[in-house]
Amino acid sequence: MSLMQRSSPHVMGRNTTSRIMLWVIVAALPGLLALSYFYGWGYLINTVICVVSAVLAEAAILMLRKRPVLKTLKDASAVLTGVLLGVTLPPFAPWWIMVIASGFAMVFVKHLYGGLGQNLFNPAMAAFALVLISFPLPMTTSWSTPEAISGEPLPSFSQQLSHNLEWQAYDGITMATPLDHYKTKIKRLTADELAQTPEYVAGPFYGILWVNLAFLLGGLLLLFLKIISWHGPVGLFTGLLVLALPFSADADSAMPVLMHLFAGATVFGAFFIVTDPASSATSNRGKFIFGFGVGILTYCIRTWGNFPDAIAFAVLLMNISAPFIDHYTRPRTYGKPKPVSGYKLPEESP
Amino acid sequence: MSRVDRIWPLPGGIHPPEHKSESNGRPIARLPAPHHVVLPLHQNSGLPAEPMVAIGEQVQRGQLIAKGHHPVSALVHATISGRVTAIEDRPFAHPSGLSVPSIVIESLSDQEAALSPEAVSMAPMRDWATETKERLVSRIQEAGITGLGGAGFPSHIKYLGQRQIHTLIVNGVECEPYITADDRLMREHATDIVTGTQIALKILSASTAFIAIEDNKPEAISAIKAALVAVTDTRIKVKVVPTKYPSGGEKQLVYLLTGREVPSGDIPASLGIVMQNTGTLYAIKEAVVSGTPMTERVVTITGEGTPNPGNYWVTIGTPIQDALAATQVAVTGNRPRVIMGGPMMGYDVDITAPVSKVTNCLLVPSATEFPTAPDPDPCIRCGLCEQACPANLLPQKLFWNAVHHEWEQARLNSLSDCIECGACSWVCPSNIPLVQHYRFAKAEIKREAIETIKADQSRLRFEQRQARLERDAAEKDAKRKARAAEAAKAQAAKAQDTPSTLDASAKDAILASVARAKAKKAASTGPVTQEALENTVVLAQQAVDKTRVKLATAVSDGLPSVEALTGALQKLEKRLADAQSALQSHTETGDAP
Ligand code: SF4
Ligand code: SF4
Repeated sequence: MSLMQRSSPHVMGRNTTSRIMLWVIVAALPGLLALSYFYGWGYLINTVICVVSAVLAEAAILMLRKRPVLKTLKDASAVLTGVLLGVTLPPFAPWWIMVIASGFAMVFVKHLYGGLGQNLFNPAMAAFALVLISFPLPMTTSWSTPEAISGEPLPSFSQQLSHNLEWQAYDGITMATPLDHYKTKIKRLTADELAQTPEYVAGPFYGILWVNLAFLLGGLLLLFLKIISWHGPVGLFTGLLVLALPFSADADSAMPVLMHLFAGATVFGAFFIVTDPASSATSNRGKFIFGFGVGILTYCIRTWGNFPDAIAFAVLLMNISAPFIDHYTRPRTYGKPKPVSGYKLPEESP
Repeated sequence: MSRVDRIWPLPGGIHPPEHKSESNGRPIARLPAPHHVVLPLHQNSGLPAEPMVAIGEQVQRGQLIAKGHHPVSALVHATISGRVTAIEDRPFAHPSGLSVPSIVIESLSDQEAALSPEAVSMAPMRDWATETKERLVSRIQEAGITGLGGAGFPSHIKYLGQRQIHTLIVNGVECEPYITADDRLMREHATDIVTGTQIALKILSASTAFIAIEDNKPEAISAIKAALVAVTDTRIKVKVVPTKYPSGGEKQLVYLLTGREVPSGDIPASLGIVMQNTGTLYAIKEAVVSGTPMTERVVTITGEGTPNPGNYWVTIGTPIQDALAATQVAVTGNRPRVIMGGPMMGYDVDITAPVSKVTNCLLVPSATEFPTAPDPDPCIRCGLCEQACPANLLPQKLFWNAVHHEWEQARLNSLSDCIECGACSWVCPSNIPLVQHYRFAKAEIKREAIETIKADQSRLRFEQRQARLERDAAEKDAKRKARAAEAAKAQAAKAQDTPSTLDASAKDAILASVARAKAKKAASTGPVTQEALENTVVLAQQAVDKTRVKLATAVSDGLPSVEALTGALQKLEKRLADAQSALQSHTETGDAP
């Protein structure tokens, strides 16, 4: 290795892996705060539980894999996964769901594939999908409702904490997510009637809109810092709009376009999930296609599927396709007439 | 904006700290003439030259002291007047750290020097505009001018290419941090560079010249512009390019200025473009107009380890340690550490090695200036490298391919188009020494390719041997049948013969069979081996011829493969010689049984 150290370049930029992870965490904070403001302490408590269990799980698997523990934990990627899970899981879900999700994300999704940067699936999304399928009841009924909609105050910190620390899922004032709600109600009501229901008098998708805007703010920060590129997010919005614009024009029969964009996890997914470099496609073109696919699938699952939100499943499906996308989206290298595409070298011209 | 003024922005690229101000503030100073110089016979990527002087012989500055048989082997000129004291292997400033045969010249004592002429003089061609192209090219060759950057090709080669050239690009970009040699040269010798450009335009019969300078060198830009105003040559244009590393890379600069890309694996001449360094054009002007051979160049000596950072005229062949000592750098043993070139693409050199024609910078870092990179973290696939790559590659994929020895995949990901600029390594947050991995991968791929060729050759040999054996078997079979037929005949004849003649005929038969056995033996060993040897010679000859042709084209087009081909040719020639001598000795021994 001595040879390696002495060859060019002799200078390095000042970027570090942990700096990147920390910025992504910082960028997720506005969203987390907005969630907590509108939906109560649950999100913050969940985030803490997820971060702690993700870090512990990573430490454990690192020891098992005989890898340096502290050095690896320092890169803050486990913390980031914890935060992403914290903002994804329902605020009234019991603590063990967080622990299972975080542990699964770290051990099975990340480290069994070789650790940081080598995972095929997005850890947060895979873990979310796992607990959603395994524990459908707490996962679908543990969402909270803003006070302006339910008329009931959000639980205090200590109340919330005791809910979260119970074994049983809390089922007091919980309700389905706005997307779910609209989807079930619109079968019986017109859009105008729906607007009169208590869920809508406070304003169209009250709360969740601000959450989405807060995530957008964080996403723009990441774009500004050049930590993410625009291709994935723009791809996702494009994919979603391509289907939503023609098929969701009639608000009486389908979820309106704006709801697709701002009433679910779309913005979060666009800037924090689709942009996960390890499990996304590689080239800029590939990232766009990856995002585009997530957008299309999200629309399809939301419209015809049975799950509260579709980002997670759409992302997982695209994760599987990413290596394939990579083979067909290599950039055109300087001096080559066209990109090298596919799995075989082109016939060499003599 | 017209095509002529337009700049095509470079994809990727980085902005490392420039560190130019340390060395670009003072005029170029001249280092005192060295006590001795070391002139490698392998100064450039061409073939080695052969010495034309003997030890003890007195030579003059500018005298031709070594030359090669091949056009690409540059001529080696004495860079000081003095006496040849050794012709031996000496360390050479090259990434490989190899030693190569070199001529050592020691300067004369003062009395001796007073008696001998200063330098070999070439007649100045003040009226160069009326000279023929051929005379100008041979002047460039005689003056020993090579490219002052990169691989250091003999410059006249660029003027001998067969392809029609329309644009000359003068590369004054100097995008590497720390280096300011071209900057100072342009500020102080703008008129000379412009004259050099005009001479080059004439030789190439090109219609346009772009002088490209990065916008962090405002003084150089205005100096060149002023010089252009003075000559009013409308063919020559200054193009200011944004400061960004690696804008000065040959391929990158071609794109920046013309919007065209040099095809993968080819050279700018395929687009009708020739690129020259400012220093080369300065040297061309000196050689043509003043008749001065190229014996010195501007070297930036900089870094926190130098008390007097700046630019210096350094005699080519000066041992690096002597050049450093002349600028008051403390030299002890093999310390300090010296990087030849800049921090992005330079390499560590042995300080006993000489300054060569491509030495643009001697960077002497302090112990803390370029800290050893911390151990790399895993690749997080953040894609920062990809955004920084000026060649539009996927560095993170190439890294993965290199680590997992996926050579086929590496080729799919166009590894060979990587210019090793190091932009990807620079931005990598995980501190992965990406370029080192690519160098390793390239070397491995090359090795495997060579092995495949070898395997192909031995397969060919095997097949030929197989075919020969089959042929032999068939012949033998035919003979055996013939013999059987003969024997049957003899049998028939014997039945009618008398006993007395039977004895004789049996004798005959025995004799005949002995003779046959002898002949057979001869047939199976002698001629066959002879044939095989002849075969080998023919094959070797063919291989040598083919490689010679390839080398010649590579040389005339200035392709980077010259070095590899040269090595291959040497090996093949050796193989041919071996085969010939084997054949020779066989024929001799075979002829005398
Ligand atoms: S910059 Fe480094 S860590 Fe990021 S993708 Fe490239 S090689 Fe991997
Ligand atoms: S070293 Fe190669 S891969 Fe890295 S940025 Fe330069 S050209 Fe691209």
